Amino acid sequence: MLNQLTLTELVARLARREVSSREATQACLDQIQRVDGQIRAFISYDAADAMAQAEAADKALASGQTHAQRPLLGVPIAIKDVIAAKGQPLNCGSKILGNFISPYDATVVEKLKAAGAIVFGRLNMDEFAMGSSTENSAFQVTHNPWDLSRIPGGSSGGSAAAVVADECIAALGSDTGGSIRQPAALCGCVGLKPSYGRVSRYGLVAFASSLDQIGCFGKQVRDAAIVLKAISGVDHRDSTSVPQPVPDYPAALTGDIKGLRLGLPKEYGLGSPGSAGVSPASAGGLDPEVKQAVEVALKHLQNLGAEIVEISLPHTDYAIATYYIIATAEASANLARFDGIRYGARVAGADPIELYSKTRGAGFGAEVKRRIILGTYVLSSGYYDAYYLRAQKVRTLIRQDFLSAFEKVDAIICPTSPTAAFKIGEKADDPLQMYLMDIFTISVNLAGICGISIPCGFTAWPKLPIGLQLLGKPFGEETILRVAHAYEQSTPWHKEKPPLAS
Amino acid sequence: MPSDPIDIKYVAHLARLSLTPEEEQKLAAQLGGVLGYIEKLKEVDVSGVEPTAHAFPLVNVTRADEVRPSMPHEEALRNAPAQANGLFIVPKIVE
Repeated sequence: MLNQLTLTELVARLARREVSSREATQACLDQIQRVDGQIRAFISYDAADAMAQAEAADKALASGQTHAQRPLLGVPIAIKDVIAAKGQPLNCGSKILGNFISPYDATVVEKLKAAGAIVFGRLNMDEFAMGSSTENSAFQVTHNPWDLSRIPGGSSGGSAAAVVADECIAALGSDTGGSIRQPAALCGCVGLKPSYGRVSRYGLVAFASSLDQIGCFGKQVRDAAIVLKAISGVDHRDSTSVPQPVPDYPAALTGDIKGLRLGLPKEYGLGSPGSAGVSPASAGGLDPEVKQAVEVALKHLQNLGAEIVEISLPHTDYAIATYYIIATAEASANLARFDGIRYGARVAGADPIELYSKTRGAGFGAEVKRRIILGTYVLSSGYYDAYYLRAQKVRTLIRQDFLSAFEKVDAIICPTSPTAAFKIGEKADDPLQMYLMDIFTISVNLAGICGISIPCGFTAWPKLPIGLQLLGKPFGEETILRVAHAYEQSTPWHKEKPPLAS
Repeated sequence: MPSDPIDIKYVAHLARLSLTPEEEQKLAAQLGGVLGYIEKLKEVDVSGVEPTAHAFPLVNVTRADEVRPSMPHEEALRNAPAQANGLFIVPKIVE
């Protein structure tokens, strides 16, 4: 089954002309037909367009184009519904965009196409990427491929579920507070959030502009490295993209991590295997099975030659509060553009103010409304200094915590999510409980650093994936990819498939 | 808990977001909890700390002042909920 191949394997077979892109693309479309009625990862997809792209890729391969020139030639890659692909719908998991069709390609989509990828599908997500379970989609609930009664994580739940269910070879997502890493952990695949500024955000619908970053999902670390290389780089259309050279990420996967220093934050409630560890309030919800899996992974990394060093991130306890002020403040400003004037669904009103208000009241879902109200409040006169300005200052301290730690270590290691996937509906009515699930992922966005989640085991019953997170210095993607790859290649977890997929 | 309860009606007006009475009630309760949690930031000593607006502040990002192709008029209007004569149609603004 070609849809089950890793990106690396598929590229090798395409290069040897053993298989065609049409066959691989058709295999993904067949798998969607077979399983997506249960998974519901795709909001929509255009099969004919995907096959036309595949045919063009096959012609390019026949004409002698190589993967050295176009590294993703013929590879089907699906896209989160928050990234623009010309001529395709763009809804951000929301009703408010109506029948919006993207008039242009996001830079990442342009880059994927230039690299030869088959760009297809609109993957489900929490509305405007606000959520940790994909339950906030206005379209459908996506189900975890390992247990259909559970959430796939979020906000890029569709991307993670589609990759794990072999409905595509790789996928793009976006990560504002963990939205790539957490669903990757909960579904059991690789999820990479690059450093802020590594990948252009042009064509990514903005949620919180100082935190948002596009990244990728893959079946193994090498796949993520290949996609990252293809989508990275400075872009004159995103003035926050950073003019840093793009390294050859796959070349960083040497398998050798001897002597690398990995930091274990003492605030995260983990210890080396056998030690007591500390359990502060912020990590109070750390599930024992997750804790154990991560501690065993630490031991494994030590056996591979890495040195585990205790570090301190003293402002950990303030990350979630800081995030929910900054992210909602930025969202309340960014989402002001959805006013029913230039695009999207419109609800009539006697004057423009009433039109905006009714359009937004009808178009946004509960979580988006909650965050717009909170964000507007923390920015409003009389509260700005107490909330927003203070949060920006605490953000400085959180960032400094990481930068100081990185003077002592090459990467930081921790769980991705404090628990495995929870039941659909379990936390739907308790926003604060849902927010607290983001403890291990959120500070990464505040600090602007990079992070990757990889599978590191399963809970006993039901069998659910557990994610290990590696955090790197700003533009330190090569190091975390190297550690993740060395771990992955010496453990069996990434080879496990949910029963539904095969 | 926060010093004053959040005035949902007022904030919703600022946000141009119409809410039903049920939504107002539910939001007030939920945001009360979230704001209570956020209060913990008051514990942090931030004296002398500069605010961070962006993790990697780039300054004076400029590009050459050259004319580039822009989106065609029809394309820009294609997703409009109401349009006529190449313009977006909006309700009357000035009496």
